Amino acid sequence: MAASSDRNPPPFPTAEESEPGLCDMADADSDEGEDIFVSNSHYSTLLISPCPNGLQTVMTARLCGGCLQSNPVSVSRGVSQPDRVTEEPSDLFSEEEEAASSTAAKANGVHSDDDNDLFADANVELSTDKSGSSARKEPSGPRHASSFTPSPAAMQPTSLEQLEEEEAKDSFDVDVAVTNPEKVGDGMNAYVAYKVSTRTSLPMFRSKVFSVRRRFSDFLGLYEKLSVKQSLHGCIIPPPPEKSVVGMTKVKVGMDDPSSVEFVERRRAALERYLQRVVSHPSLLQDPDVREFLEREDLPRAVNTQALSGAGFLKMINKASDAVNKMTIKMNESDTWFEDKFQEVENEEQQLRKLHVVVDSLVNHRKELCGNTAVFAKSLAMLGNSEDNTALSRALSQLAEVEDKMEQLHQEEAASDFFIFAELLGDYIRLLGAVRGCFDQRMRAWQRWQEAQSTLQKKREAEAKLLWANKPDKLQQAKEEITEWEARVTQYERDFDRIGMTVRKEVLRFEKEKAKDFKSQIIKYLEAMLQSQQRLHQRCSTGKCDLEVCVVKRAVPSFYIRYARTSHEQRRQTKNGESRSAVLA
Amino acid sequence: MTSIDENSKEKLRSVSVDLNHDASLLIDIPDALCERDKVKFTVHTKTTLSSFQKPDFSVPRQHEDFIWLHDTLVETEDYAGLIIPPAPPKPDFDSPREKMHKLGEGEATMTKEEYTKMKQELEAEYLAVFKKTVQVHEIFLQRLSSHPVLSKDRNFQIFLEYDQDLSVRRKNAKEMFGGFFKNMVKSADEVLISGVKEVDDFFEQEKTFLLDYYSKIKDSTAKAEKMTRAHKNIADDYIHISATLNSLAADDMTANKKNLEKLSDLFEKLRKVEGRVASDQDLKLTELLRYYMRDIQAAKDLLYRRARALADYENSNKALDKARLKSKDIPQAEEHQRQCLQKFDKLSESGKKELTSFKGRRVVAFRKNFIEMAELEIKHAKNSVTLLQGCIELLKSN
Repeated sequence: MAASSDRNPPPFPTAEESEPGLCDMADADSDEGEDIFVSNSHYSTLLISPCPNGLQTVMTARLCGGCLQSNPVSVSRGVSQPDRVTEEPSDLFSEEEEAASSTAAKANGVHSDDDNDLFADANVELSTDKSGSSARKEPSGPRHASSFTPSPAAMQPTSLEQLEEEEAKDSFDVDVAVTNPEKVGDGMNAYVAYKVSTRTSLPMFRSKVFSVRRRFSDFLGLYEKLSVKQSLHGCIIPPPPEKSVVGMTKVKVGMDDPSSVEFVERRRAALERYLQRVVSHPSLLQDPDVREFLEREDLPRAVNTQALSGAGFLKMINKASDAVNKMTIKMNESDTWFEDKFQEVENEEQQLRKLHVVVDSLVNHRKELCGNTAVFAKSLAMLGNSEDNTALSRALSQLAEVEDKMEQLHQEEAASDFFIFAELLGDYIRLLGAVRGCFDQRMRAWQRWQEAQSTLQKKREAEAKLLWANKPDKLQQAKEEITEWEARVTQYERDFDRIGMTVRKEVLRFEKEKAKDFKSQIIKYLEAMLQSQQRLHQRCSTGKCDLEVCVVKRAVPSFYIRYARTSHEQRRQTKNGESRSAVLA
Repeated sequence: MTSIDENSKEKLRSVSVDLNHDASLLIDIPDALCERDKVKFTVHTKTTLSSFQKPDFSVPRQHEDFIWLHDTLVETEDYAGLIIPPAPPKPDFDSPREKMHKLGEGEATMTKEEYTKMKQELEAEYLAVFKKTVQVHEIFLQRLSSHPVLSKDRNFQIFLEYDQDLSVRRKNAKEMFGGFFKNMVKSADEVLISGVKEVDDFFEQEKTFLLDYYSKIKDSTAKAEKMTRAHKNIADDYIHISATLNSLAADDMTANKKNLEKLSDLFEKLRKVEGRVASDQDLKLTELLRYYMRDIQAAKDLLYRRARALADYENSNKALDKARLKSKDIPQAEEHQRQCLQKFDKLSESGKKELTSFKGRRVVAFRKNFIEMAELEIKHAKNSVTLLQGCIELLKSN
């Protein structure tokens, strides 16, 4: 039941997104352009797919038979959904097609024809020469969506398609899975260790396939480290699943009841999704901490994740001061995009919370239905037992069996409701919180800039005063300070702009991811529902046939002889020579 | 004020098989009005019997009138050997009314559409309860009319014909209290009488069977009701999910918007299916069990009356013996004993007939309903499958 999020590389701002703002930036500010493209070359090798083998082969069939570097991504998993993955490739391409102009369809046609030739090249270029690929991508960068028109320059469409394919192919280059939860230790010091397996073809990792054992606090520790470092850049850092004292205590104490099993499974799936999101984020994957987390055999215990530690308290204090800060700052928003987006994010979070509550209630009601059905089935079986009319007695027990099977179906429905739908919503509520954190980072950067500016102002005033008071030595110092602060102001301003751009980019990428994720999860959920309805249909049909067979022979009430439930028809007929009272029609 | 029509009633008739096939006396309830707490039924009779003044007539009746009729029949000595059809239960609009109340309170938190949908759902539920109560009353009358002996009862005819208010005939407070007291005596008696030795194998078996069956069916009815209610809750949840998805989609500007809208649409359609599953299960399963639970209670009452008669007979025997010993009042005692025996025999004979036909009736009704329920569930499952498949197609092709 691992929900996976297939991450694409961030769309080339000019090609995929028709965001005018981004296009401008890519064109106007070459600095930023460089950043994007330099990191893009990393992107091309970064993408992950948590999809098992099936997807690989499908991809190859679609793109180019066999040219695709096939990483047999068959990592063992608790539950695999081979069916679902066939959506991804069509999604990938269909989404990119949609984003582009209408003529993309034609381009795609070209694309599939030239596949075989293109890909051979693509492979070679990527693995050997990163800068080369980035150089090749550059010309495609400044192109706008309109570049999708089948221009006479054969190179242009093909290179763009090449890029798409590279991205698609590279999206399967790092694959992470979290499996095998095992309880280690005893009593209150026990913990659950998970196996984190990675498959990759990226050169930056030491080997192609490796796995380590990690515990929950390790995951939290990773998050802490990442947020400290990356938050300054405005990245959206996926948040890990929440701590749960109650759940963990039950597991520690060793209770093997279904709720703790469910708890562990839920946590495992959540951790897997968390890691997949981290690894699919291009800049996060570059972070040495992430690499260390995936590779290193023994990780130092992340003690500052414990709730009652010193670090924990520090975090709480920080959060409080941040909240106060937010209330007091009134940012001068030059770009309404941010304000609008922030509002959108907040609204969405609220709606998702509401939806989550309703879905939770659905899960509860289904579980209740489960319980009620089981109880009813038993009661009906007992009724069938005490029924003296054989045919009816059999019919009743048949019905009881059908109801029993329905209970199982309902059980599965509840599980899928929960693990697919509710968890998806929960994840995104937390992620939206992270997005808001991003916006906060930007605001803090603005704050720093403003403060630096005001300090500069003060220094200038001080200098003016000194000038007027004519103290040359102090004047020199003042001038130095002014230069220093001027530099700082410029830097902070650049920081602010850069964060702004990163945030923008991140948010757009996030939205795209979210759309895809939702779509694939919804389809998965609906397919699970479909399957259970089909099974229900089948069970009802067989149940009905059984019922009809059961009661088809006119039941002659057997007054004088009691039969055990399993009596045969024959016995009933031979022994019932007695007067048959008319059975009312 | 709500009323129902002929067609929907036909489909609803489920718990008892066709009773209205004796053309000499046809009864139905074509119309009913619901005013606040009271339900006014229009009882329509078509008859070829000469004992009635007109061949075709209608009268308005209230629930209490039905109860009066039932009670008078029960109290009639002559019918002691018959299974008197159980009285229809009082119309119970509490559940939908409570929900309506809660809905009104929570109105502020929902969107307008959600509120309208919930309201519609509640109105449908209200209507379902209403239909059920009409059906139950109708079946009561029809069973009376198809019974060879009870259909000739004078009180029954008055009930059908008397076009003025029957309220003068209803129980006043004293009678109600008397009735209550009688019930208590009866249950005490039942305990005493269960100790009486049964002479007839048939009745012995029936007694054991009915007692056992009654407790089991009571249990099943309660559990079935809970199950149906859980189904209903799920259907309601679907409404909320659909509405929230709608508002999410309204605010969403990204590619997600269409997906969310489609999903919201799907849930809206699914909830109708789920709601129908719940109500079908309710009618075919829960109502069936509930009806037969009451019917078995009526059969038990018959057994009780017979046991009472047997106890009387035995007492009269003892009295006769005592009289013989004392050589006094012998003819009276003999007469008394003869009467008791006569009564007992009559009861036994008609009781046997009644119980046998009851059995047959029950089996057939169960069969009919179970099969119908299975068919309906198959239909609904097919519906769901189609809906889900359609939605998945749409989403994938997007």
